[in-house]
Amino acid sequence: MTSLSDRIVVVGNGMAGSRFVTELRARDREVPLTVFGAEPQQPYNRVLLSSVLAGAVGPEQIGLVDPAWYERNDVDARLGVEVVGIDRERRVVHAADGSATEYGTLVLATGSVAFVPPIPGAEEGLPSGASAFRTLEDCRRIVELADRAERAVVVGGGLLGIEAARGLAGRGLEATVLHLAGHLMERQLDPDAGRVLARTLAGLGVRTRVGAAVTALRTETGPDGERRAVGVELADGEFLPGDLVIMACGVRPDVRLAREAGLEVDRGIVVDETLRSVTDPAVRAIGECSQYGDTVYGLVAPAWEQAVVLADLLGGADAAARFTGARQITRLKATGVELAAMGETHHGDDDPEVEVVRFADPARGTYKKVVIRDGRLIGAILLGETGTAGALAQLYDRNAPLPSDRLSLLFPGVNGATVSDSPVRMPDAATVCNCSNVSKGQIRACWERGARTVEDIVRATRASTGCGGCRDTVEGLVAWLREQEPEPEPAPAG
Amino acid sequence: MTASERTRAPDTAAADGAPTHCPYCALQCGMTVGGVPVRVTPRQDVPANRGGLCHKGWTAAELLTAADRLTTPLMRARRDAPLEPCTWDEALDRIVAEVTRLQGRHGRDAVGVFGGGGLTNEKAYQLGKFARIALRTAQIDYNGRFCMSSAAAAVNRAFGMDRGLPMPITDLARADAIMVAGGNVAETMPPFMRHLAEMRERGGALIVIDPRRTVTARRADLHLQPTPGTDLALANGMLHLAIQEGLVDEDYIRARTDGFEQVRMSVNAYWPDRVERITGVPAPQMREAVRLLARGRRSLILTARGAEQHARGTDTVTAFINLALALGLPGREGSGYGCLTGQGNGQGGREHGQKADQLPGYRRIDDPAARAHVAAVWGVDPDVIPGPGRSAYELLEALGTEDGPKALLLFGSNPVVSAPRSARVEERLGALEFLAVADFVPSETALRADVVLPTTQWAEESGTVTNLEGRVLRRRRAVDPPPGVRSDLEIIAELAGRLGAPGAWSDDPAEVFEELRAASAGGPADYSGITYERIEAEGGVFWPCPSPDHPGTPRPFLDRFATPDGRARFVPVEHGGAAEGTDEDYPVHLTTGRVLAQYQSGAQTRRVAPLVEAAPEPFVELHPDLAERHGVTDGAMVRVSSRRGAAVVRARLVESIRHDTVFIPFHWAGEGRANLLTNPALDPVSRMPEFKVCAVRIEPIEQSGADQ
Repeated sequence: MTSLSDRIVVVGNGMAGSRFVTELRARDREVPLTVFGAEPQQPYNRVLLSSVLAGAVGPEQIGLVDPAWYERNDVDARLGVEVVGIDRERRVVHAADGSATEYGTLVLATGSVAFVPPIPGAEEGLPSGASAFRTLEDCRRIVELADRAERAVVVGGGLLGIEAARGLAGRGLEATVLHLAGHLMERQLDPDAGRVLARTLAGLGVRTRVGAAVTALRTETGPDGERRAVGVELADGEFLPGDLVIMACGVRPDVRLAREAGLEVDRGIVVDETLRSVTDPAVRAIGECSQYGDTVYGLVAPAWEQAVVLADLLGGADAAARFTGARQITRLKATGVELAAMGETHHGDDDPEVEVVRFADPARGTYKKVVIRDGRLIGAILLGETGTAGALAQLYDRNAPLPSDRLSLLFPGVNGATVSDSPVRMPDAATVCNCSNVSKGQIRACWERGARTVEDIVRATRASTGCGGCRDTVEGLVAWLREQEPEPEPAPAG
Repeated sequence: MTASERTRAPDTAAADGAPTHCPYCALQCGMTVGGVPVRVTPRQDVPANRGGLCHKGWTAAELLTAADRLTTPLMRARRDAPLEPCTWDEALDRIVAEVTRLQGRHGRDAVGVFGGGGLTNEKAYQLGKFARIALRTAQIDYNGRFCMSSAAAAVNRAFGMDRGLPMPITDLARADAIMVAGGNVAETMPPFMRHLAEMRERGGALIVIDPRRTVTARRADLHLQPTPGTDLALANGMLHLAIQEGLVDEDYIRARTDGFEQVRMSVNAYWPDRVERITGVPAPQMREAVRLLARGRRSLILTARGAEQHARGTDTVTAFINLALALGLPGREGSGYGCLTGQGNGQGGREHGQKADQLPGYRRIDDPAARAHVAAVWGVDPDVIPGPGRSAYELLEALGTEDGPKALLLFGSNPVVSAPRSARVEERLGALEFLAVADFVPSETALRADVVLPTTQWAEESGTVTNLEGRVLRRRRAVDPPPGVRSDLEIIAELAGRLGAPGAWSDDPAEVFEELRAASAGGPADYSGITYERIEAEGGVFWPCPSPDHPGTPRPFLDRFATPDGRARFVPVEHGGAAEGTDEDYPVHLTTGRVLAQYQSGAQTRRVAPLVEAAPEPFVELHPDLAERHGVTDGAMVRVSSRRGAAVVRARLVESIRHDTVFIPFHWAGEGRANLLTNPALDPVSRMPEFKVCAVRIEPIEQSGADQ
């Protein structure tokens, strides 16, 4: 028999799930709401894990929702309770604590899990001294290991691997990133940017090796019987020692429950633009476990957009809300490395379809590139200096027409540089003193009527008597006018 | 007929006239006014301006000889009849007759009162009293609701007391860093810049947050240029960075505040690249701003209308206060959070009872103890005092409706130009059965009135104002008013008498101030220890000043905040963006603001020839790229439309504005009125309308000659 409950049950209390819960409660204070979180603690901001690893903030300081909030807002929060099965026919969620919870709407926000390649040494779970880098628990473990370790090997030169390696180097470890592809962050960066990034990282004590295929995780069993990681083996037979090994080889959507429940799953749980499972109208999915069109969105911003759309729909705030895809912008969080990347960055200068504007200064760690099609931004890399990242992010997000001055896309402040206030180059009509509305022409006229000192000019025109900001300009004008005099004044006043 | 005020000789303490203060903004620059013809000379002895004046101040004397100065009461026989001169008795009798008729038919609240932040403390006090016990209406509010209300609400929430700057202005020059959020002081109060310039000369850093590279922003060491409507996210993002970089003052937070843990958690969601994407401000700039604020012992965060005039204005100010508290700034000498008050008596005007929810001394009207105290001063039973009424926009919106006021008495304001969605406001004024306006010039609102009462102005009367520092100052009578005009206090006293109101109704500012002192005693804004003599002798007195031997309070909060437990409050706040986002039909943000040579609705400054020459007409500022896409050229006429109306203004192409935003100053009447476009979405706490952002589209006007 189908449940008659109107309860909304959320499975997953990570970035997407916790956001949805708070957004929904902001719109609907009444609807019965249960949230399951497999991790025992309050939901936390995964984006900040790199900061925890780097030691900038403590692991207890990255919470997103106060545990007391759930009680105050009448949310049935089951933290540390894993969901083990979904009975779609009876609309019941079964949890590891033996409970069965009926739902009217089920929201899956199970996120993703770290991918650990099936190589020798890692097949039956990671040994001591090795860790994935995905959860707060991973982060705590790595920080603890880092206290005793000297040499870290990070497998994977994507965003998280680089952030982890940078954090560990900052903690005094020797850190090496091993990356299978031909350049770092190959999905977000073009090869030139990857090389500049490697050079920047080298300067920060992070060694990187690209084209490096890791074939095994080597372990030793200590006197206490514990299996410990001691390094990795590469395809060419080389052994790279390390007493801390981080596996940062990407993530996979966590779709186990959905698959077992018979929902259509491609890479993620397939949803429509109302984030509804194409198999079951009572089930929705958001965040990294869901797939809209061909895309599984792996960043927080789209997950939060989905959370808002779903809260609008289920909270009755906006029945017309839709998720129709999102643009993804990547930002590396590593001290000493500024990097923003978005969209299609791989186009070359010779591609006739697009306009590419580039600036490279590898020695200083700067690489900037924007890719433009039909006058709109379709991709960008800012490495080393990200002063225009905010502007580019907004132009990219909104698919907005670009400023005609392309240079301003790469360099902040070149747009609308202030005109020279050198007295010589200033036209007569130019306003010298805003506060009293005095032009250069008026000051010149005042001089021509016989004023010879700054004080005379100020008394006659009131220039510089407001904010005082033009005092230097007035002094400069008077000096210049004096220079223009055909003959030196016999006895200047003042 | 001749009242005490008018028989007194001009107050000429100095040889070249009477030392007084400027008629315009809250800086209240000191000036001496006198001579024939009347001249203005800046005063050196007033710390706010120290001898400086802006164009408005220098030319202020021209207001006294405005060509269309009102000198006789005007009245129209019917709504469709013209305004014609009448006697004072006829005008006052008509007002009393209409008030009596409409209140008799529809109840006390059938008559509303609308005040202004330019009125002296004495007038603001008397107007509130008049509404409550002469008219006995709850329906009173004032234009300061459009100005200071968001900052006031946020500051009361955090510190328990709303004083714009909790320090003397001279502290600014000694700061290590000052961040101004949404303020263009170089144009709105130019001599204020002297303090900032001095700070910079001493090595301090100026940070400005503004969607436009304004004159002020150009003088800054760091300019953050956010998308309109995203200041809250920016402030939260800066707090996030302060936490990440270990710049928060944990000892201070423990010792002097409550609620940080919840705020810490809430700003976890404002990591730099998310905020960068919301605001458009590069993360490195946010980081630099935070570092500058945290590097020294003395830093200030100041907000102004750009951050405050939003449907989330209170929360936006709170976000900046949270940042200031986390850095340990408020309640330390030379440091803190402050709000830059706008109108001449914007501070005093919000303290003494012309606000819908308030009684004198910044008391709450729903507090039984406050009602009892004030009722005793007024000599009435507390039950006579009505409860809270509608806020300004809601009051205007209700005019002439089924349960709204049928008559309005308006003093010192020009909402036809200054209120949001002003075409709607005109419509509501038109729906009234009776409108009376007291003003000294025929403002756009006065011209719609049934009775117009000609008043004295600024240099023709005395009283007190409280400037942006919370320093109570004396305005002195410097010249004789023209024959035929009366002061607002005389008008109120006359009307109260004719209405048979209980209590005493003096028309002498000094006497009214004595009553104000008593009424404010014990309230948050306690003036009871302040006298005219002390103000004169001490160059102004800072409130609270609870007794004659109390020195006044230049720096409140040094020992404790004004909350019940003395601790400041952190309050978590969330970004929501503009109430009206851009879309395909209205793809551009509009923000509104001020220019140097005009003031507020322009009712005064549009009558001063040199100011008109400097700023003759409204305009729309837009980026050349945006202009090119819409076929707009520099100097061409443009139609700017929102969901609420359209304005026709001249295009001014500047590279100092964001590509997605246009700017129109709001000082002008007619078809170039910026407020035809603005969105009256109200802040849930302060009831502030969202003047600072709405969605518009722009179209060039074909030069066919058929237009207009």
